[in-house]
Amino acid sequence: MHAFLFGEWPWYVAGPLIGLFVPALLLVGNKIFGVSANLSHICAAVAPGKIEYFRYDWRRVGSWNLVFLAGVVAGGFVAAHFGAHDVALSAAARNTFAQFGIHDLSGLAPREIFNWYALLTVRGFVSIVVGGLLVGFGTAYAAGCTSGHAISGLASLQPASLIAVIGFFAGGLAGSWLILPLLLEVR
Amino acid sequence: MSTQTIRQSAQFEGCGGGGIPKTAPRASLLLVYLALGIAFGFVLTRAEVVSWFRIQEMFHFESFRMYGIIGSAVVTAALSIAGLKRLGLHAANGEPITIPDRPLGKGIRYAAGGTIFGLGWALTGACPGPLFSLVGSGVSVLLVAIASAVAGTWLYGWLRPHLPH
Repeated sequence: MHAFLFGEWPWYVAGPLIGLFVPALLLVGNKIFGVSANLSHICAAVAPGKIEYFRYDWRRVGSWNLVFLAGVVAGGFVAAHFGAHDVALSAAARNTFAQFGIHDLSGLAPREIFNWYALLTVRGFVSIVVGGLLVGFGTAYAAGCTSGHAISGLASLQPASLIAVIGFFAGGLAGSWLILPLLLEVR
Repeated sequence: MSTQTIRQSAQFEGCGGGGIPKTAPRASLLLVYLALGIAFGFVLTRAEVVSWFRIQEMFHFESFRMYGIIGSAVVTAALSIAGLKRLGLHAANGEPITIPDRPLGKGIRYAAGGTIFGLGWALTGACPGPLFSLVGSGVSVLLVAIASAVAGTWLYGWLRPHLPH
């Protein structure tokens, strides 16, 4: 029990626990597990403008998901205070990060890049602002993110989701192998 | 009224869709969603899939962990869905459990949107769920990434009539 609460979860514990949110949401309210629709709901609530895509009843369609999302923030807070530990990376990964010039491997994101002052640096700005923009644009264009396509979509055998997930990895490999090393060179 | 109808069908596009609800959920049910969200944020964080380091490690093929997690999550979800279908269960709110098919079309939106998303995933080291849980975990600067992601989604809505799908 102590290890479960405070230690590192092996992949075969973590993965199934994540997968169980799909049947849980179906059983509670016939909802398809997926986070990124909330970005649309926020647009629809805050600034729909004259854009057709955002003119829908976000309260009726999305209130359950926005409440779920608020829970996700709270869940992150709880986890940070119970069982927070540094990630035990593979030796190969630690070596790669050393080559990238990232030496502080503590926490959930490198502190050298993900802090408020770093927004004024090229690598901080690109990692946070440009990366966020691509995430939001891409997930709306693809009509789903890791949860909606990689988990819900693949699990319900949707060909569309398979294409999206191949795209996720193609983009991710390009970002991680080609762009990130360049980015980390410029301070 | 016609715009409403169009967007209702379009709702099937987004993830987190499901059947078109006739009404917003009752307050008591919203509390259940809140509890599930808290559990999900906790699980994501403890699974370490919110870690920028784990994401880069995955894209560099330097550990099996993330692949094991995603793979076993998909298998668990798939087996659960198959079980629910076989049992023919109804959801707690009375709706029959249905999973609408994703319209494939030409598939351009999935390939192009997916690739753009993947680039962003590698750069921020976080996908939408983790962006929110990480803010809760104390990486407050990711509020800016969330604002940027909302702007990105807005940009898509604006450009949508001109994009190939």
